[in-house]
Amino acid sequence: MLAFILTRLGQSVLVMLAVSLISFIMFRYVGDPVASLVSQEASIADQEQLRERLGLNDPFYEQFFRFVWNAIQGNFGISYRLQTPVAELIMSRLPATIELAMTSALIALVFGIVLGVFTALNRKNPFAAGIMAFSLIGVSLPTFLIGIGLIYVFAVELQWLPSFGRGAVVDLGWWRTGFLTETGLRSIILPAITLSLFQLTLIMRLVRAEMLEVLRQDYIKFARARGLSKRAINFSHALKNTLVPVITIAGLQLGSIITGALITETVFQWPGIGSLFLSSVAVVDVPVMAAYLIFVGFVFVIINLIVDILYYVVDPRLRIGGTAKGH
Amino acid sequence: MTDITPSAPKGRIGKIIDSDVFYSYRTSPVAIIASIIATILVLGALFAPWIAPYDPFNPRTLNLMNGFTPPMSESFTGNFFLFGSDHQGRDVFSAILYGSRVSLMVGLSAIMFAMVLGVSLGLIAGYRGGLTDTVIMRIADVQLSFPSILIALLIFGVARGIIPPSQQESMAIFVLIFAIGLSDWAQFARTVRGTTMVEKQKDYVSAARILGVKPIFILIRHILPNVVGPVLVIATIGLALAIIAEATLSFLGVGVPPTQPSLGTLIRIGQQFLFSGEWWILFYPAVTLILLALSVNLLGDWLRDALNPRLR
Amino acid sequence: MRISLKAIVAGLMATSMIAGAANAETLRWARQSDALTLDPHSQNQGVTHTFNHHIYETLLDRDVEGTLQPRLATDWYVKEGDDTVWVFELREGVTFHGGEEFTADDVVFSIERAKSANSNMRQLHADVESATAVDDYTVEIQMAGPSPLYPNNVTNTFIMDRGWSEENDLIEVQDFAAGEENFAVRNTNGTGPYILTERDPDVRSVLTVNEDWWGEAPQVTEIIYTPIADNATRIAALLSGEVDLVQDVPVQDIDRLAGTQGIKVETGPENRTIYFGYAMDDEPLISSNITDENPFANPLVREAMDLVVDRDAIRQVVMRGQSIPTCVNMPPFVDGWTEELSACPAVDVERANELMAEAGYPDGFSVTLDTPNDRYVNDEAISQAVVGMLGQIGIDVTLASRPVAQHSPLILENQTDFYLLGWGVPTFDSAYIFNDLVHTKTDEYGTYNIGLYSNPEVDAMIEELGVMTDLEARAGVVADIWEQVQEDRVFLTIHVQELAYAMSDDLTLAVHPENQPNMTSVVIE
Repeated sequence: MLAFILTRLGQSVLVMLAVSLISFIMFRYVGDPVASLVSQEASIADQEQLRERLGLNDPFYEQFFRFVWNAIQGNFGISYRLQTPVAELIMSRLPATIELAMTSALIALVFGIVLGVFTALNRKNPFAAGIMAFSLIGVSLPTFLIGIGLIYVFAVELQWLPSFGRGAVVDLGWWRTGFLTETGLRSIILPAITLSLFQLTLIMRLVRAEMLEVLRQDYIKFARARGLSKRAINFSHALKNTLVPVITIAGLQLGSIITGALITETVFQWPGIGSLFLSSVAVVDVPVMAAYLIFVGFVFVIINLIVDILYYVVDPRLRIGGTAKGH
Repeated sequence: MTDITPSAPKGRIGKIIDSDVFYSYRTSPVAIIASIIATILVLGALFAPWIAPYDPFNPRTLNLMNGFTPPMSESFTGNFFLFGSDHQGRDVFSAILYGSRVSLMVGLSAIMFAMVLGVSLGLIAGYRGGLTDTVIMRIADVQLSFPSILIALLIFGVARGIIPPSQQESMAIFVLIFAIGLSDWAQFARTVRGTTMVEKQKDYVSAARILGVKPIFILIRHILPNVVGPVLVIATIGLALAIIAEATLSFLGVGVPPTQPSLGTLIRIGQQFLFSGEWWILFYPAVTLILLALSVNLLGDWLRDALNPRLR
Repeated sequence: MRISLKAIVAGLMATSMIAGAANAETLRWARQSDALTLDPHSQNQGVTHTFNHHIYETLLDRDVEGTLQPRLATDWYVKEGDDTVWVFELREGVTFHGGEEFTADDVVFSIERAKSANSNMRQLHADVESATAVDDYTVEIQMAGPSPLYPNNVTNTFIMDRGWSEENDLIEVQDFAAGEENFAVRNTNGTGPYILTERDPDVRSVLTVNEDWWGEAPQVTEIIYTPIADNATRIAALLSGEVDLVQDVPVQDIDRLAGTQGIKVETGPENRTIYFGYAMDDEPLISSNITDENPFANPLVREAMDLVVDRDAIRQVVMRGQSIPTCVNMPPFVDGWTEELSACPAVDVERANELMAEAGYPDGFSVTLDTPNDRYVNDEAISQAVVGMLGQIGIDVTLASRPVAQHSPLILENQTDFYLLGWGVPTFDSAYIFNDLVHTKTDEYGTYNIGLYSNPEVDAMIEELGVMTDLEARAGVVADIWEQVQEDRVFLTIHVQELAYAMSDDLTLAVHPENQPNMTSVVIE
């Protein structure tokens, strides 16, 4: 057990180092940081002096080491665009993204499982077939079109819901939440739906496939032969066995919801880290871009680590092999 | 049959799949409709220079005063625009035909690139095992956890930093293909690796190995045919995703130049006129993109079910 | 589902009723981007200045006609007997938000700070040798030489309190190498009409009226400022009544907004021209198929381009009527502008093709055009239209479109053959254009002379302008320079762009020529 976790931890550290290296290369070589820092009139000598003070003339490995060391301490420098410390900027934007991601994940899970079970149990039903077809339209629509469409219908034409922002937020000291105000709750509806559609479709199709797979298993046939009620079979046996892979996938998808919010946040002017990242890309605000990348890498590593360890606990076969052979 | 139906895999297993697949195709109205729509769109894109009434990529033929002509009406210079014209006096219908061409080209090339890369790495990982396997699959894990748009954006950013400015526009389309392709290979690698590991254990492979057949030959001759089905499914669904990814990147303004628009660029342009009444500039390209992605998705869906009869 | 929908509708009706009864003096103001920083001397950028003008004040500013107005200075003149010294007499009885009294020493401190190494306002005060407080309400500024137009340069230089700044370690402007945030980036202490009460960069800022302000109390008592980057979302916010004033209105949405009940649109010209520039030196172009010479260096080619660009079509279709076509690279607000200079030649494709043949390019040539796509009104669409027009004389243009953050460094490093740029003239004087765009590129001059135009005679005249005190003779030199610039076709000028502000129809706010509206001037009916 310990050996397994240590191997996994080691691999995670390697992954983080790789992500840091990519971030650093971007930090250092995409655009000239000095050009973005000084005013247009700065003389060549001024620029050279700043270059020296920023340590840009040091050897590559020295700069990389310094970058990693600073990153471990949570120091990503100062945003070129907003002139505030990047770590602070990301922390202040994080609550918005996490609240949006959680709401979307909840919508996706609830509707995904319900619709997935429904379509699996009623394969011949035209309504279920309609849902399946509709789900494909869901994946065929680019997120930005869904967002713009929802804004047009619900904010401009019907004027039911706000078109942008988070509404009023309540400051809890270390977390600013939009869940405690009416405008905050109304503001999250459209972006959360937009963000959840893709995951919803994914989960629904997964549940359907797993459910169909489980329903053909012998123990279900046996239960049916024993005369258990259809409802009991479907929900206490089939669904239960379906949920394990679904929860795993949903967990893994959580990281990608957080980052996948890029487009949604931009369309709805949602003040999260995704829109922060995109506005930084436009002005080549490299410290923010690099920090965002490292943050995303970190979220990924943590979620994967937890999933791996859970697997190890749940699946005894893995304990013999020592290492997981994928999942 | 049509352009879209996968070409029949050769060999003994191929024939069996073949007949099953075609039986299920004939009995699936959804697959038939989807393939018809996809065929029309692909043919339209392929023969755009002959079908399109105007050449939207040739600035010499444009007249700015033709801008914002509504659909089915006559423009300033007396031209007739079926789907209307955009803000530059470009015929929207022609622009869609040419735009689908760019979108399909980028999508297909990206997915081919991803496929070649993913299948090769998957074969190697599955066959060699050990450290090679661990390294490749860990990279695939990392890649799968990052949204492809983010990866593509980063690659695009880095490319902007490396390529000299004067080359950037001519290189844009290749960077786009590379960026989307590189963010899509992991699915292929995973599937192929799994199948390879199973096949590797089988007697005929061991026998071939004992006979001294070179690994590369075993991989191509014996193992590759077994992964054709799943790879095709992933490729089809991946194609739809790649087309949408291209559109999204263009929407974010990092795609192809506006003078040679893809469907995504056309949508980005049309979106500016959402409130001003010129709905056709957004509507037709958006509908085309959705139809294209939807029909490809439906085909992929059908293909998956057809190749995995247990789920039917 | 039905129940929740009802609940939402009911909730919405409740809020809209509250909104109707709420304090009508709150103004919800949206524009495309946020102020980059609140540090008054860190960035020389319009959006940042516009926001800071509500918190901080300058010695002088401009009204909507562009004329200089007294602000913290009540009078200003050249010192008698020494034409190298400017005297500013200051307003008495003004206090900072923190309660500190405003004195001459604060002005001296602020000008020194604006002149310091990390300041982006530096170039506007480059000729200042020193500033001294003669008494509490008089400041003398010693210039390097006679500088008759220096007051034009102080309209965006904000005055900070010396005591507050020293206390909070603000003597230096933000230094990126220091790795720490400067206190002034998010904290303010100005003399202006509004006090910052909430600041969340990129998201929301709240300003509340300063009860102790020296000026006439403004009608708007609270400003909620929200940057909304996406055009469609920003317009949707106004249409759905979530904001009262939208500053960056896309031209295509003006008609729809003006036709919407409860919304009105104000338009007016900005003090800025949009023009194309090209490499004019003898080096071959970077991006052309002609590799042994520079086609743009040939005056016939430049004339042909001038003849084929249809500015009226651009105005009508691309700009939807929201521009003033012009063929001189100077907005009508600027001293030296005349109708003759700004007149455009009639479009003549045939003649243009003859000129191309005469110049030795009967089959045209290829070139890349670099354009920003998020800076000026419809910048990318203008470039695209020009690509089409130049195609008619065989110039095969590849369009390279980038965000301005990538476009600017590119053109400043002369990595371009052909580019679009907009030029605003904050000093309202031709010399500002000549110094940066026309004079041969040197350390001091020609920063934006990207085409590397160089004419020693013109250079000499431009340098002369800087020290001329006889305004009549000066006007003559300005006219001479313009004549030469027009003859050489240094710029392919397109138009003066117009700005549009859309607002709830109970508000009145005129378009400011520098796009720096002040909410103190909003009238609420």
